[in-house]
Amino acid sequence: MAAKRAKDRTIQIDYLARVEGEGALHVKVRCGEVVDVKLRIFEPPRFFESLLRGRDFREAPDITARICGICPVAYQMSAVHALEAALGIKVDGSLRSLRRLIYCAEWIASHALHVTLLHAPDFFRYPDGIQMARDHPEAVQRGLEIKKTGNEVLTFLGGREIHPVNVCVGGFFRVPSRAELQPFAERLKRTREAALELVRWTAKFPFPEFELNHEFVALRHPEEYPLNEGRIGSSGGLDISAADYEDYFFEKQVPYSNALHSHLKTRDEYLVGPLARYNLNFERLSPLAQEAAREAGLGAVCRNPFRSVIVRAVEILYACDEGLRLIQEYEPPPQASLPIVPHAGMGAACTEAPRGLLYHRYEPAPDGAILRATIVPPTSQNQKAIEADVRAFVQKHLHLKQKDLEWSCEQVVRNYDPCISCATHFITLDLDET
Amino acid sequence: MSVKTQAARKLVVGMGNEWRGDDGVGLLVARRLRARALAGVTVCEVRDDPTRLLEAWANGDLVYLIDAVSSGREPGTVRRWDVPTDSLDEKVFRLSTHGATVADAVELARVLKGLPPRLVIFGIEGKCFRMGCGVSPKVQRGAEQIADRIERELREAAAAETMSLR
Repeated sequence: MAAKRAKDRTIQIDYLARVEGEGALHVKVRCGEVVDVKLRIFEPPRFFESLLRGRDFREAPDITARICGICPVAYQMSAVHALEAALGIKVDGSLRSLRRLIYCAEWIASHALHVTLLHAPDFFRYPDGIQMARDHPEAVQRGLEIKKTGNEVLTFLGGREIHPVNVCVGGFFRVPSRAELQPFAERLKRTREAALELVRWTAKFPFPEFELNHEFVALRHPEEYPLNEGRIGSSGGLDISAADYEDYFFEKQVPYSNALHSHLKTRDEYLVGPLARYNLNFERLSPLAQEAAREAGLGAVCRNPFRSVIVRAVEILYACDEGLRLIQEYEPPPQASLPIVPHAGMGAACTEAPRGLLYHRYEPAPDGAILRATIVPPTSQNQKAIEADVRAFVQKHLHLKQKDLEWSCEQVVRNYDPCISCATHFITLDLDET
Repeated sequence: MSVKTQAARKLVVGMGNEWRGDDGVGLLVARRLRARALAGVTVCEVRDDPTRLLEAWANGDLVYLIDAVSSGREPGTVRRWDVPTDSLDEKVFRLSTHGATVADAVELARVLKGLPPRLVIFGIEGKCFRMGCGVSPKVQRGAEQIADRIERELREAAAAETMSLR
């Protein structure tokens, strides 16, 4: 029976759980070799790039925020930066700091949800966060508290928690006073302690021996752990500006997925997200976050995708630290947003969404109407890496029973916290081993 | 023996997505009750992530939650659950982001001992959950009925408190 298992199998997961959106996974094994892996994203296409055509450039941050209920700030940030590049505007000073702060809030909320309720149950073999909460109530409560802090900061700066409405091209519609921000400093201090506990908790999870050699791609900034700005760098030596993105990356349609696959020209699959950010920017983390990462057993480079759960916890810690710094140094800007005169142009930008590099490119017409828009979300970019991980993992673990292998395959996918709704613009495992 | 000196915090939570047809009915009921400005009643809306419900009802002793349900019954049909007495039929609540539902949120709160002392859930049967089609007339009528019913129950609860505090 075991021999049979090791030779021909089909793993079919028809509906991936604990991921955002709808997708499936199919793995075919023949004569002990994994011959096919398909991550099928069947969530319908959403046509956002087409929706943007003809709309005024000022509408882009609010329209693109609708792409995702988990990371709307990321869409808003990439949109405003790309449009500002197209219109020749540079937002800096306190406005830049506020943008970084609202992005920190989104990282905290998004990562806390994924680490605690979506990913952690995998390591304890619980079917969901509710079952895990029966045995680990403090851990789940802590995760929810961390998430709440992120939500509160986001709601305050963004006007509301889901699809915030206060971000605009040139800055914000309204900026807070120093006094208004201060209460969040205390809140972030407490959450930073909880995040430190979260790092220590995740460090104790049982991790399979599994390393990969994908090229890591993330923003790099000379002084900061990347959120809003930086050049696109990679572990393979890539060092380009967002304006050159389409010279190096291209998207390709595959028949089994409603999400385009993103490729790095002349290279294999690549990986974006927390692991890539961490590996390319460890030295830019705050001292506390670096110390916590080391204490958790992470080196300056981590190639085990299962350990991304620790990296996300470290990033929550960093986001609290950074948010606190931004609040402490905050002075209200002289104006909530910079004046903008529409004109023809073309601009591109990448920011670091919780799940990784998010590329936007816009071409406004002389009257400010958007002629063309291109959006490449992180999950689109990670599809090939996810398939490669599943292929390598299944090949190495063909001795596992079907049920255990299916479970592990789902976990491999969840290592990426894929956002299928964003990408369709995702999962069920089908292992074919006849 | 403890002496109760404060009125119960009364909270109405509308849950849903106003851009997904009848899924917006929970928000509709919440907005109608907000417009009635009932004394001592806080009204809030949760649009997406059901884990937000745990945060919302942490501020309530008597909580009314309204959401759309989908069980194949006549659109506008109203169902009621008194938690924790009644067990929720989780299949009737529509899936939400990350697959979590109102039933999941109730169960998570129960496990974490975070359920409000009284939680009343009203489910209104929806029919159309397509993008941008608005709440259908039959479901709107169900919303009106529920708003009236919740207002009446909240007024009765306030009156009972007044009597007991005298």
